[in-house]
Amino acid sequence: MWMIATRELRSLFLSPLAWSILGAVQIILGWFFLWSLYYFVQPDLQAQLASNPNAPGLTAFVVGLQFDTMSTILLLILPLLTMRLISEERRNKTLPLLLSAPVSMTSIILGKFLGMMGFFLILLAMLMLMPLSLLFGGTLDFGQIASSLIGLILFIGALVALGLYISTLTAHPSVAAISTFSVFLLLWMFELAGNAGQQNSVLNYLAITKHYQPLIKGLFSTADVVYYVLFIALFLILSIKRLDAERF
Amino acid sequence: MNSDTLVSVQNLSRFYGDFCAVKNISFEVKRGQILGFLGPNGAGKTTTMQVITGTLAPTMGQISVAGYDILDDPLKAKAAIGYLPEQPPLYKEMLVEEYLRFCAKLHRIPRSDISNAIQHAMEQCGLQEVNRRLIGNLSKGYQQRVGIAQAIIHTPSVVILDEPTIGLDPIQIRDIRHLIRQLGEEHSVILSSHILQEVQAVCNHVQIINEGELIFNDSIDGLLSQMQSTHLQIALHRPPEIQQLKQIQGVEMVEVRENNRFYIQHTATESPAEALVEKSVEGNWGIYELIPEHRSLEQVFMTLMGADEVPPDSLLEKGENVTLEKGEGTLENGVNLKKMNGIKVNSIVEGA
Repeated sequence: MWMIATRELRSLFLSPLAWSILGAVQIILGWFFLWSLYYFVQPDLQAQLASNPNAPGLTAFVVGLQFDTMSTILLLILPLLTMRLISEERRNKTLPLLLSAPVSMTSIILGKFLGMMGFFLILLAMLMLMPLSLLFGGTLDFGQIASSLIGLILFIGALVALGLYISTLTAHPSVAAISTFSVFLLLWMFELAGNAGQQNSVLNYLAITKHYQPLIKGLFSTADVVYYVLFIALFLILSIKRLDAERF
Repeated sequence: MNSDTLVSVQNLSRFYGDFCAVKNISFEVKRGQILGFLGPNGAGKTTTMQVITGTLAPTMGQISVAGYDILDDPLKAKAAIGYLPEQPPLYKEMLVEEYLRFCAKLHRIPRSDISNAIQHAMEQCGLQEVNRRLIGNLSKGYQQRVGIAQAIIHTPSVVILDEPTIGLDPIQIRDIRHLIRQLGEEHSVILSSHILQEVQAVCNHVQIINEGELIFNDSIDGLLSQMQSTHLQIALHRPPEIQQLKQIQGVEMVEVRENNRFYIQHTATESPAEALVEKSVEGNWGIYELIPEHRSLEQVFMTLMGADEVPPDSLLEKGENVTLEKGEGTLENGVNLKKMNGIKVNSIVEGA
């Protein structure tokens, strides 16, 4: 399992794709960070905040916005990375190597999943340096940052699991990418649809981004965490079944 | 099943939807055997190999490798197998050494033995000079060798190679055959091929499979004895009367060929070769060639597959008129008539 994960991670960094994604995300979020920080220190906003007893602080304002933007950007770039997980192995005919080796299907899928998660943890670690740099000039609410971080990791995990499953369905990475992107978009749309209707509708519950918002606000609710854990487990199990079914 | 049986396949069938790729095949592979799996394209060779390696599940039947059932105990069975699929499963972005290290870990070689295992596999496959190169930049021959190295790195008791010499140049083919023979000393090897010479060159056991059915399963000697024929070709400087040749014990028929060559058909039990040489010396016939004719592997192959044997002189020339059992026709080119579906030549009417 771990050797599959490390191989996955290593081969990601052997391709220019991973590096360019790391670079692009860093630049985009850097710009967003700078912009929100600049906005935050404007005198008129500060005056507004000072007059409001429930005003968001530095963490909630700058860091919260940062995490919110991250989730949207990840939604867009994630299919590019998950598309090749299984479909490329199938296309390059390297899948028999894993299937004929003494490793179980579960280890193959978990290895792939963890390898991809490893990449995103590296990405997150780099992105976290930006909020942490605020420590030079102020204090941060670490409880809220931790809750946001857990939320983002769970959110990424859910997307990776879904992307991995779609990748097991096809032999063409580009097909996997487009389908994954469409499904992500659909899950995102649920939020809009849910917002339009009643607050507790089914669509609202299914919306993948919806369960992430409270965590950013520092509201750690078991229901949201369980939603993501179930989501991840469901698609990992489906992937294992799909790969297993290929032998029949 | 005794302990020397490494692979046992019983009543294996495999369907793809309604299409039956492999029909009720049973065989065993023993330690030290190099088994050649022979058959035309699409005969079911690859399917059988995939089922043995566990990358494909059997529709019916039982397979056990090194005593472990591939379905009940897949990890233990797979640990005993090294498999090179038709297309070597290589990660093109990796270095040769890096790739082999990954394969070694995948096959659960203990950490302390990995370096030795890689070194050994690279030595066996002649990969030392390319160990720091990207797999994607290697030639097809080297890639194939990396594929073989991958299959033997964990010293499995069974090595399964699917068309290992396809697309290689003659020198590479020679090297890889040599390597396979070496492997046969330590491991059991199953290799598939549609080239008969290859199987004849490296294997000590042959199986011929056609349309999913096992039609021949014997040692290479068994195959060679199938190839025994009852013909001799002899060339003499000073040939005697043809009658004298016909009187020799065992000779059934003599045909005169060009340049004082004679084509002799003899009985299956008795070869007249010795008598021919004696008579030749006695009568000062000036013998300078005596060739026992072997049926080519191709001919044996065709016979086993149910097609008629093709005698070399049944080739007709362009423009010849032939009477066929099913209608008449003029041949366009030198077509081998016997190969055409069931048409037999009744008589050849020259100039008609």
